[in-house]
Amino acid sequence: MRVISASAQKLSASRTTGPHSSMFVRMLVRAAVLRRGRAAAALFAMIVAAAVTTAVLDLYADAQAKLRNEFRNYGANIILVGKDGDALPAEALAQVESRLNGRGIAAPFALVVASTSDGKPVVVVGTDFGRVRQLDRWWSVTNWPSEPHQALMGVRAATAISPQMRPFSLTFAGKKLELAATGTVRTGAAEDNRVYISLPDFVAWTGVQPSTVEVAASGTPEEIEAAMRDLSQAVPSAEIRPVRQIMEGEARVLGKTRATLFAASALIVLTAALCVLSTLMGWVFDRRKDFAMMKALGASGRLLNGFFAAEAASLGAVGALIGYVVGIGLAAWIGRVNFHASIAPRFSVLPVVMVASIVVTLLAAIIPILLLRRVQPAVILRGE
Amino acid sequence: MFARLVYESFRRQKRRKLLACAAITLGVTVATAMIAVATDIGDKIGRELRSIGANLVVTPQDDALDVEIGGVHLQPPGDSQYLNEIDLPKIKGIFWHNNITGFAPMLPVNVTVIVIASANGFAKKDVTLLGTYFAKQVSFGKENFVTGVRKTHSWWKVSGAWPADDSSEVLIGERLARTLPYKPGDEITLSGRVSTVAGILSTGGAEDDEIVAPLALAQSILGKPGAVRRIYVSAITKPEDALARRDPKSLSGPMYDRWYCSPYPQSIAYQLQEAIPHSHAEQIRQVAQNEGAVLTKVEGLFFLVTLAALLASALAVSAAMATAIFERRGEVGLMKALGAGKMAVASIFFAEATLLAMIGGFAGFAAGCVLARQIGRAIFDSQISVQPVLLPLVLVISILVTVLGSATAIRSAVSLDPVYALRGEL
Repeated sequence: MRVISASAQKLSASRTTGPHSSMFVRMLVRAAVLRRGRAAAALFAMIVAAAVTTAVLDLYADAQAKLRNEFRNYGANIILVGKDGDALPAEALAQVESRLNGRGIAAPFALVVASTSDGKPVVVVGTDFGRVRQLDRWWSVTNWPSEPHQALMGVRAATAISPQMRPFSLTFAGKKLELAATGTVRTGAAEDNRVYISLPDFVAWTGVQPSTVEVAASGTPEEIEAAMRDLSQAVPSAEIRPVRQIMEGEARVLGKTRATLFAASALIVLTAALCVLSTLMGWVFDRRKDFAMMKALGASGRLLNGFFAAEAASLGAVGALIGYVVGIGLAAWIGRVNFHASIAPRFSVLPVVMVASIVVTLLAAIIPILLLRRVQPAVILRGE
Repeated sequence: MFARLVYESFRRQKRRKLLACAAITLGVTVATAMIAVATDIGDKIGRELRSIGANLVVTPQDDALDVEIGGVHLQPPGDSQYLNEIDLPKIKGIFWHNNITGFAPMLPVNVTVIVIASANGFAKKDVTLLGTYFAKQVSFGKENFVTGVRKTHSWWKVSGAWPADDSSEVLIGERLARTLPYKPGDEITLSGRVSTVAGILSTGGAEDDEIVAPLALAQSILGKPGAVRRIYVSAITKPEDALARRDPKSLSGPMYDRWYCSPYPQSIAYQLQEAIPHSHAEQIRQVAQNEGAVLTKVEGLFFLVTLAALLASALAVSAAMATAIFERRGEVGLMKALGAGKMAVASIFFAEATLLAMIGGFAGFAAGCVLARQIGRAIFDSQISVQPVLLPLVLVISILVTVLGSATAIRSAVSLDPVYALRGEL
């Protein structure tokens, strides 16, 4: 008895001495605690909706960049060639590399027509194997050359010039070069008919400098445009050509994917918002007894609106925050599974999700309140 | 009695039932549309990827090496093998003919262009003339179709007009045109033949230094009617997997059938080789390989997004059902006070939920079909059709989600003491 009366005293003391505003906070907290089943259900709906929205928005923002990276596997999107078929200046590749500054790969190519030992013509290309390997990833190569005087043979060139990978010789302008075939390259295109040797071997043999530098620049169409302007300043003696085949295809596919993803995201966000709206409206409508009781006890319309709005807004805010964290995780998981690269959390999504959640929850609270306002408290309390 | 209870509940609570039904319809609409988009996106994006160019090439079987640098063909004459133009329509007769979106034959010929350099004489220039189909009417069996570079090489742009395939008009490559004094409408002499320049061609590739002409013109300049050097084929393919890379000769019977009947680049190449005598077909790896990679990513992305959509719509449906049942605690109390058991009450609610799910499922499926079609038309200019097989699946999912979503609410409603429920207290 003494214990209870002591605690009751404490309670009444705190009620009289506590700040007046704490009643408002206490009502909010008690409402959430007493009806935790329904409050938890509403919060759960809010969290799932916010999480799905966050994940979809995050994906929508990042999928473009991820898919663009996939398109860089198509190889060069910019080609530099010497004007009027001339060779490029010797420092051209270094210039290109410094302008790209890591945002792309460049590989030099020098071409001549040499003749085989039985007098047949064949195109011989001098290049940098390390760079080509990164630039043209679709090349199916059995074994990359690593030593000087080794050659990579196009599959058709291999059967014509060095069957069973026999050593062979090529002649250009009267100079003979002995080569060992190390492997074959298969692409289904012109490369199959050619012989590839390293650039130092090629220059020492023919004296011909590279005439082409192929560049795979990464980034948005605007960034690639800027890279092309940059390159034409860096190497004024070169003609800069965009590879329209790749760039136009990329733009088309990305545009369509983006539009479809947008439609899907809009549908998902709409569904999530409607779900939250209906759950919360049910919740608030269900509490019409509380509403009527407060009104009967003399609460003003403003206080009631404020109470239900604050309740809804705090539910929206808490749900959005938890949902955002869950959604970031969901997006990161999707990025890992589908693109094998993590999708960075976007903090710009948080305010969007937060504001949208609060707006939807406020809407869900205000509509039932407006409906209940016209009804006399006595009618509600009688349960009619 | 049971049937009457359910019937009366629907008759008397129209507004409530309509709300629940609307939620289910919306959820099923979104789910149906997203499943339809996700299953069709591979095909749609595959078609868009075809704009990057042909992914297969057919060449003569025992061909000499191509000697070509930057669009200039340095082949010794008389060294080349040719395919026969008569065999071309057979491409549309292979197993996967519906997947062939187009093909274009190519025949490079070296010609001499005579340029009036100045008043005192002529200058000659050796260039490559490429014979091809622009948009040629070809028929195979009863089927008629139009094919050529305008389909397979969609990035080719012409200022002026495209030549007709039966004309002797030509296109001049952009860079070559800068060095020649010709503009569209002018006459040009190619190795002694007079033809007309129809337009200037811009491709961003080797063709910018060439002259492109109808195939028949190139054949008559070469003096070999029916000759084709290579054929570019654009086909919709499936991303290659472990089976695709196997050598067909090493496969057992059923495995071979599976390999042959899958639209892998390899199996379509194999079928092209069978259709065209003395030919060798190969995938153009730059296009074919990357296409598979991009397609896999896009399909994967939409699969996961569809999962998110299903989650959101399942949640919307179960939330609406829970609310609907929660509002009817009074009724539950009354039924229980009149002597109904928990099972009897629960089965009424479950029957109602199933009925609602069926109605909402049908309506949502129909709306989802319309939505998917609208998305397809707006984004891809082609239909996204929903497979009818999807209807039972969607109905089952809809019923499952509705019943599961209402299960918790029903359980708490029937276990409530009727006295409290009737007094309206929790």
